[in-house]
Amino acid sequence: MKQIKVLGPGCSKCKTLYSNTVEAVHQLGLDVEVIKIEDIQEMIKYNVLTTPVLMIDDVVKVKGRVADVKEIKQLLQA
Amino acid sequence: MNKKTKLLLSIAVVLPALLVLYAYLHDLADYFVYGLLGLSDQTHLGVSIHFFFYDTIKILILLFLISALMGIVNAYFPIERLRVYLTTKKLYGMQYVFASVFGAITPFCSCSSIPLFIGFVKGGIPLGVTFSFLITSPLVNELAVAMFLGLFGLKTTLIYAGSGIVLGIIGGYVLGRFKLDRYLSDWVKQLQASSEQESEHWEQERTPFLDRLPTIIKEAWEIVRRVLIYVVIGIAIGAAMHGYVPEHFFAQYLSKDRWYAMPLAVLAGVPMYANASGIIPVIQVFVAKGVPLGTALAFMMAVVGLSLPEATLLKKVMTWKLIGIFFGTVSIFIIILGYLFNAIL
Repeated sequence: MKQIKVLGPGCSKCKTLYSNTVEAVHQLGLDVEVIKIEDIQEMIKYNVLTTPVLMIDDVVKVKGRVADVKEIKQLLQA
Repeated sequence: MNKKTKLLLSIAVVLPALLVLYAYLHDLADYFVYGLLGLSDQTHLGVSIHFFFYDTIKILILLFLISALMGIVNAYFPIERLRVYLTTKKLYGMQYVFASVFGAITPFCSCSSIPLFIGFVKGGIPLGVTFSFLITSPLVNELAVAMFLGLFGLKTTLIYAGSGIVLGIIGGYVLGRFKLDRYLSDWVKQLQASSEQESEHWEQERTPFLDRLPTIIKEAWEIVRRVLIYVVIGIAIGAAMHGYVPEHFFAQYLSKDRWYAMPLAVLAGVPMYANASGIIPVIQVFVAKGVPLGTALAFMMAVVGLSLPEATLLKKVMTWKLIGIFFGTVSIFIIILGYLFNAIL
């Protein structure tokens, strides 16, 4: 079971990455919750410098940019 | 045809098309406004509509191209490596230059500023260097650069961007002298105290460039779409003023001889939060109607570089006192820069 987190303080890019991730999870029919982390103090624990960030099983897969649904699906299936 | 060739082909078509459109835009606007619409270039209405069409399209093309370019730079900018570099090397003051230039090329999205700020402080980078980044980051961004290029031309754009970077270097250096670490929020101070070299391994992005290019272009388009309405409104107001406000109208109030105009312009600009797209077209008219360029540039820097929303964001990592010192110092430097511009330009 994968653990998916989207980190970002809530700007438009972060929201886009979050909804793309939810969509990718939905399209793959995965039964996992996408966790959204918006609190900066929480974010710092993951040692991120640029937002938004997509983490799968606590590994940073995408940082500082928006990934589209297709790319996230590939990352999830890898 | 596979996706790669399709992508390259569409770039090969769209990019030159945009450049050609850009090159012939003035003639096209002439043809459209004075020819098809039958307006005269001697009337206020004709001039205003021409200004509106020409400038809106020009700026949107510039903004799209610059955003795409910045997107590519950003996709490959090794921030983590820069951080390690800044903390481990003796740089004899060059660290302020690096931080300031880095602030200039980071993306438009302001919400990345705070995580970066904390990441820098946590990594043991001195507060002054971090301030260099924090000053330049909102001040020099793709939107401001595109608007300046479109409305003021290359020379003024270079002056704006260059002095923005210099402002970051000097501002950061001076703030660094003040020993301000005690005014950080408590939790940031704790982070700073426990700062340690982070382990130097990070996940490398594996997605190849050509696969990432579509997202970068899409994002650039997204930026254009987001500010489109502000650009249109800003230029519409500018165009209306352009046609109807008499020549030298503002010169009598804001001339160089009135020394107090500069601090007033900057003080008025700081609390204002207009993104660059809405305000620059209006300022351009001010300049065209007699406001000195230095005063206008200083006002712009205050509007774009310092704002109340930014202050509230910063409240998460610093005390009001530190925010006050930060804003105060930067404002003073902007005022000095403004006088300098007026003396030189």
